[in-house]
Amino acid sequence: MKDRVLEKLSKKFKTSILAVEEFAANPKLYATDLVVTVKKSDLISICEFLCSDAELRFDSLRDLMGIDQYLPEDRYEVVYNIYSLRNNFRLFLKVKVDEHDLKVPTVVGIWPAANWLEREAYDMYGLVFEGHPDLRRIYMPEEFEYFPLRKEFPLMGIPGSLPLPKK
Amino acid sequence: MGFQGVKEGFITSRLDEMVNWARRNSLWPMPMGISCCAIEMMSFAGPRFDVSRFGSEVFRFSPRQSDLMIVAGTVTYKMAKVVRKIYDQMPDPKWVMAMGACASSGGMYRSYPVVQGIDLFVPVDMYVAGCPPRPDAVLKGLMEIQKKIARGEPPGQKVSYIDEGVSVERQGSRKAFEEV
Amino acid sequence: MSLSARSQGSPDKILKALEDQDTTLTFEDALENEMVLNMGPQHPATHGVLRLLIRLDGETILGCVPDLGYLHRGYEKLAENMNYHEYITHTDRLDYLSPLANNVAYVLAVEKLCGIEAPPRAQYIRVICAELARLASHLVWMGTMAMDVGALTVLLWGFREREKIQDIWDILTGVRFTTSFTRVGGIAHDMTDEAVAATKAFIDQLPDKLEEVEKLLLRNRIFIRRCEGVGCVSREQAIAMGMTGPILRASGVDHDLRRDQPYLVYRELDFEIPVHPDGDSLARFYVRMEEMKESVRIIRQALEKLPSGPVRANDPKRVLPLKERVYSKMEELINDFMLINFGINPPAGECYHAIEGSKGELGFYIVSRGEGRPWRLKIRAPSFCNLQALPIMLKGGMVSDVVAVIGSVDPVMGEADK
Repeated sequence: MKDRVLEKLSKKFKTSILAVEEFAANPKLYATDLVVTVKKSDLISICEFLCSDAELRFDSLRDLMGIDQYLPEDRYEVVYNIYSLRNNFRLFLKVKVDEHDLKVPTVVGIWPAANWLEREAYDMYGLVFEGHPDLRRIYMPEEFEYFPLRKEFPLMGIPGSLPLPKK
Repeated sequence: MGFQGVKEGFITSRLDEMVNWARRNSLWPMPMGISCCAIEMMSFAGPRFDVSRFGSEVFRFSPRQSDLMIVAGTVTYKMAKVVRKIYDQMPDPKWVMAMGACASSGGMYRSYPVVQGIDLFVPVDMYVAGCPPRPDAVLKGLMEIQKKIARGEPPGQKVSYIDEGVSVERQGSRKAFEEV
Repeated sequence: MSLSARSQGSPDKILKALEDQDTTLTFEDALENEMVLNMGPQHPATHGVLRLLIRLDGETILGCVPDLGYLHRGYEKLAENMNYHEYITHTDRLDYLSPLANNVAYVLAVEKLCGIEAPPRAQYIRVICAELARLASHLVWMGTMAMDVGALTVLLWGFREREKIQDIWDILTGVRFTTSFTRVGGIAHDMTDEAVAATKAFIDQLPDKLEEVEKLLLRNRIFIRRCEGVGCVSREQAIAMGMTGPILRASGVDHDLRRDQPYLVYRELDFEIPVHPDGDSLARFYVRMEEMKESVRIIRQALEKLPSGPVRANDPKRVLPLKERVYSKMEELINDFMLINFGINPPAGECYHAIEGSKGELGFYIVSRGEGRPWRLKIRAPSFCNLQALPIMLKGGMVSDVVAVIGSVDPVMGEADK
């Protein structure tokens, strides 16, 4: 199944795939996770292909997250956790986002599950998803000015950033 | 509590005691169940650790009809406004029990959105330690509040702590500790 | 305008003052107004701190916007600052109705990252714990859903059974509720014969109690009328919204991670997956009741097949040694010291592992850079994705259906808000 997915992807989107990684600390015990890094500009076409292809049918977006790698270039990554119910196969798509260009195309049109997941990524990292119908904060109050999961935000928070009622 | 300013006489102190007896044996809690401690609070109201035998017959979810607010769970800054609003809606006299570690002091969550203790914005009468506290510990907390009411102390002051079943009264002097 | 007691106002003056205030309100048509109802974070029936803003036209719901974040405790940020072992206690409080299942999910993800496997006895005990946790969670669900719809007896029955499960956990782990029982490479300590006997006694009497509940509810016309056809989700909608767990199975999709991507020893156990095609609240009720019976079956098989052996893997660089040996042997003491102080240092890489929790797919995505703390830990919480579909389920229904639908979705805000 893994090979089928890679074969189909590389046949259609040869230039868009930047890297393919499989991490397995112990392949005898656990199945490996397939992580495919793609170019941000081709993300929507790849996702549409994966969702609509009759054989692959990745119809369920399970998770969407941001990662702050704290590197000088391509600081953030967005990881999509998609699952194919027909083939019982899970694929991870990764997109690298640079600190100075925080825009990522939205996949809400393909998988409606991405609505709140992208809002969460926006709330925690400040990644702006273009085309999202309702991009506002989900966990922190609307007036909060910082993005908590960035590495420079302290764990205890910034005093005074959240109001407290008087005793 | 309504009778100060009147000269302490036999009739008024007996009346005071009667009112306190009525108040403490019919404390109707308002469960501010926020997270995991809420489930232990439901157990505390459940068939095994029955709280209605202590007078808390009904858990009134409406603040206007209750006199004890049990804050069970982690209070975040977003939720603090709501907790304070509900506290303000309760009629006097009202008591507050901080159930669990998260309500008492922020608990194990030393992080940005969690208020490190509800006593930062609400006056607390009883802290019950535990994560979550066993329903028996919460019952002991309820009984200590009943003793507090029997002594005639105004709510919101003279805090007591329940820690592993021993209550230590903080009165600002070492003598209280030594007596225990 | 303030009327103080001192103003010697004659009645004319007061009336004049009142007239100056414009208190008129014009309604085009008194019945054509929409209202926004705030089902606030503090509500008896919202299963935690969920806030719903519902737009109503009379009693019909036009739309609904859920507002989360009232229990956001910063789990993912906390994970970046603590050891893998220290975080086990935090995972308890995620889906706080089934704490042991979260522990199992987290240590499975860490073990996948390290490439170690727990010994068979530990795996069987983990299966028993996970299924007991599922039973506990479904008992609370059953009680609260029935209470929301109006049947209060079932709540007390559910809690009576749950107290028995908590007694089992007390004997097995030492704590009634938030257990933190699993460790990387195994479990904290062995399961004694007393615990095995208590579990067996419990599951022997549970099916009868479940039958009592079914007799009470499933032939009750009021319950059926309140739940049938309410909160429908079609099959395609359920898959597209990323829902998992009993809700997906109640919409006709045959998907369960215990069978499709098996973990622990589920390959060797024989169980069925209940699926219902309807997609409404009643179907979810049926699916969960059947799941409880299947859980009893799984626990029975696991107790029969329970092998003897060690309960922690033999990997000194990653697995904490047993406490008795730490206090008596030198190498174990040094290993314990190094692991507690500097962490387990798994290899650098990313991995994901998910289990079938009581609400759906509970997964942990760990990014490690080889240090003792994860670089990033993402919790894939099932309730978060399940709540996304709430506007779809509520649209066109009535206000009183909100409570039945939320009861059947069974969200837990501890994991939805992380």
